[in-house]
Order: sequence, then C-alpha cells, then structure tokens
Amino acid sequence: MKNEFQVIADLIEKDKKVLDVGCADGTLMKFLKDNKNINIRGLEISKEKVQECIAKGLTVIEGNAEKDLKQFPDKSFDYVVLSQTLQAFLNPELVLDELLRVGKKAIVTIPNFGYWKVRFHLLFKGTMPITKTLPDEWYNTPNLHMCTIKDFFHFVKSKDIKIFKSLALNNLNSSIINESNLGVKNLFADLGIFLIEK
Amino acid sequence: MNTETKIKTLIVKKPLKLDCGKTIKDFPIAYETYGSLNSKKDNAILVFHALTGDQFVTGINPVTKKEGWWSYAVGPDKAIDTNKYFVICSNVIGGCMGSYGPSHKDPDQKIFGTNFPVITINDMVNAQYNLLDHFGIDKLFSITGGSMGGMQVLQFISNFPNKSKTVIPIATTSSHSAQNIAFNELGRQAITADSNWKDGNYTSKNTNPGKGLAVARMAAHITYLSKKGLQEKFGRKLQEREDLKFGFDADFQIESYLRYQGSVFVDRFDANSYLYITRAMDYFDLAKQFKGNLSDAFINTKAKFFIISFTSDWLYPTQENKDIVIALNSIGADVGFVEIESDKGHDSFLLDVPDFLSALKNFLDKSYEEN
Repeated sequence: MKNEFQVIADLIEKDKKVLDVGCADGTLMKFLKDNKNINIRGLEISKEKVQECIAKGLTVIEGNAEKDLKQFPDKSFDYVVLSQTLQAFLNPELVLDELLRVGKKAIVTIPNFGYWKVRFHLLFKGTMPITKTLPDEWYNTPNLHMCTIKDFFHFVKSKDIKIFKSLALNNLNSSIINESNLGVKNLFADLGIFLIEK
Repeated sequence: MNTETKIKTLIVKKPLKLDCGKTIKDFPIAYETYGSLNSKKDNAILVFHALTGDQFVTGINPVTKKEGWWSYAVGPDKAIDTNKYFVICSNVIGGCMGSYGPSHKDPDQKIFGTNFPVITINDMVNAQYNLLDHFGIDKLFSITGGSMGGMQVLQFISNFPNKSKTVIPIATTSSHSAQNIAFNELGRQAITADSNWKDGNYTSKNTNPGKGLAVARMAAHITYLSKKGLQEKFGRKLQEREDLKFGFDADFQIESYLRYQGSVFVDRFDANSYLYITRAMDYFDLAKQFKGNLSDAFINTKAKFFIISFTSDWLYPTQENKDIVIALNSIGADVGFVEIESDKGHDSFLLDVPDFLSALKNFLDKSYEEN
C-alpha cells in the first residue's frame, strides 16, 4: 500500500464510518476495513474498478462524485476521503463543498504543482511536468485544475474551512505543514494531505 | 410421469388476505430447490422469478424440457453456486406452473378464469414467505431476482426486514412507469382481443387464445432486447430466401424469430396468468405504500443491498435502479451498485454476461465469508 494511504489511515480512528470518493480498486478501503474496523463505502466512476472492489468484498457505488454525492445526507459519514482527484473535477469547489457537507470531516490529498521537480521541469525543459504523482502527458491527463499546496492552503482558509492537520508528503516522509513553513513544504513535498472540517 | 408429479407443492393452510380485499386459504405454492440446506440453515437464497419465469430456475425444466430460465447464473460452481447455497424458487401466485392461479378451480370446482382475485407483488411475496416456515429457515442468506423478480425482492425485504442478510435486486424498478404499463396493456389487449379468449373461459370452452398470447409475447420480447443487439443479430437479413417476396410472410429473420418466440411461449404459458401477472407489475409502486417516500420502505432493515442494472436496458433503465440506491443511501443503508456494460438489453440478467455473473458471484461469496 502506498505511503499516502498509510498517512490517511493514521488520521482515522477505529470503528468510524468512512466514504472513499474515487476509491479506485479499493486498496485503502480494504485496509481500513480489515485493520481499523471501519464501516467503509466507496464511490467510483470506473466500471472495472468497481468490479475489483466487489471482488474484495467492499461496498461500492458506481457513480460520479460531481453528480452522486448529493444523495448522501448531511454529515452521514465521520470522514470522507478524496485522494488525488480534486484537480480532475470540472468544479472542484463544488465537490469540496459536498465532501464537507456529507462528511463530518474530510481528508483531501492533492498532487503538489509547487513541488521543486515540477518547477524545474517547466523551467528548464519548457514542457509540461511529468512526475510520479503527475504521470500523464498534457493531452491525456485527467487533471483540469492543478494547484499547489500553497494554493489549496489559502483556498480552504478563504472558504472558512477549518484545517485540523495538514501534512506534506515526500516519498516516505510526512511532516506537518503550518503557516510559517508553507513556502518550504510547497517546494519539497510532492503531495499534500489535508484533514479539514466545515 | 405426468406434470403434476414433477411439481413440488406446499399447501398454505394459513389464510392470506390479499390487497384486493379477498382472503385465500389452503392454496398451493409450487416450488423447486437446488443444492442443500446446511445444518445452521444459513445458506438459503430465495430467488424470485420474472413475468414469464417459473420455479425451475436451472437444469432442465421437467415440464417444458428446456433449460431453466436462470441456468447461466444458478448451478454448481456458477454465480449462485448450488454447491454452496440452498436455492429456493417458487412459482408466483397467479402463475401457471402449479401455484394458485386463474387456471385453478374455485371451491365450486369451476375454473377461476378472470374470477381469480387480482393479485399484487405484495400478495406474491406474502404467499412465498410461507416457504421459510416450511424449511425452518429463520433468516435467508440472500434474496434475488431480476425484473419482476427484483420487485418481489424489494417488497420482500420491506415486508420482512430481518429475514435476509443480503438483498440483490437486478434490472428492476420500485414503481412501474407509464411506459411499462403501456407495454403490458398492449399485451393484455392482444390476448383479450383474441376471439378464443372467451372472457377468460377458454379452457371450459376448449379453445385457446394462442394468437393473442403470441402477439403479447412478441411485443414484450422486443422490449427485452436493445436496438443495437437486434441490429447486430438480425439486421435486415432475410429468412431462408434470396430476395423480398412482396407479401406478408416472414421475409426478415427478425419476423421469423419473433413468430417463433410467440409460438413456443403459447405452449408453456397460460393467457389468463399473463393478464394477472402483468397487472400485478403495473400495480407495483413501493413508494406509494409509504406515502411517497421510498426510503421508508427500507427503514427497518439492516440488510446489505447490491443493486445491478445494465447499460442497454431501456425497460428498467439504470436511473430507475439508481433511484433505489438513492433511497437507500439517504437512510445510510449498506448499499452497493454497479451498472453492467451489455448490448443485450433487459434480458442481460438472463444471459451469459460475464461481468454481471462475476459481480453477482463475488458479492455473494464475499458476503457469505463474512457471515
């Protein structure tokens, strides 16, 4: 399991009810179910991935987060997880609002466009950056709204969303992000993980 | 061996009050089982059949000598694995494979015909509930069925919220749409317009409204397929001829195919049963039973739901299946949902659609492991 999922799992207490939005093949869901007795549900757009989840015995709903989150009642989950998908929505702001409506808390992770390798790639090669967390070419990437850790940090603050914890992830190392180290973390982390509440 | 001896029957002694107000008692429920009930009695799956199905789910149907209607899904090592599970299926009341229906005799020994009480999906599941007592099953492992079978699944878990661990409605709806009712009405009109129908008394008059019933089946059969599926299978191919004949014989393969479907159906199905069962489907509106709030139908159940629809099903389209998912999610029920890619239309659930069969198998087997 990738380190990102381990960090997410560590943020969630045992016996909670969790919705994994864009749960893919259910790796995180399975881990949470087996190790933390989490009552876990998934929402996934890909039919193939939904089948993989079913094969793992996971409860998953085939659907699109932009349209299908509205069916869940307010605060019906303790946590709603959105891993590296926010930037791929047509309207990320709307999705973020929905995550915080459906979940008492939300865990959102974003690939950091401010990561130094991304900056160097664009600066020196003059082509769209390709990294471990941004593996696709400009013409086939699902990402529509790339942002940096700093962008996201400011964005949630401007929306009066409370940040409980923000973590910068670089390979195997995770570290706390705060106002004072934001510039540094924004340069050296390829992934940002945010535990938020509205 | 005559037909009667091949059909297992439970005589329900307990009176059953029907939605129409009448009460029936001492009536037969014809059923079949596959696999064996384990000692804990926790491996039973109740399968509900669709409009023209019967209790003979898999293997060779001893009456029609044809493959059972769900042979792709049910059997040893199949999606519903009869090595593992005990499968029970019964003929719905109103049907014509041994359960109490319009071809049965009334207490005065006259064939009911249209004097048989109008039955509903609710009546069907209340009648079938007696099978649990018969087998001494406190709680089923699963209930499943497609189309009208799915409607029975929804009604059953609403009526008996603690009686199944898992619930699998397939290609179905919680409320029959105007289009569904329209197609059923077309079928009923075809039957009653046949002069041999004789106001439903065709048996005593030694006739059979076969032509009307065949037309009803032909019209319905089109709704079970998709435009793409029909086009790919038949296109404009001609039936055993080089060119058009400039007449009204079956020039096209699709015509010949439909005529065949109509004719074989007449051999195995009763026209009055077709009227009764389509009526039951039309009357089905689960939300209406709960003052318009579908969620309330499921408020008392802890069962785990898995809902399946098919991309090319325009009779019970994905959205109608999703409406059930939405109703369940709004009360925090445990519900999974998948739409299976298939060109085979509504009939997909009866056919060899590997993604469907593997999803069904995985859901059942994984849920059973957690048992």
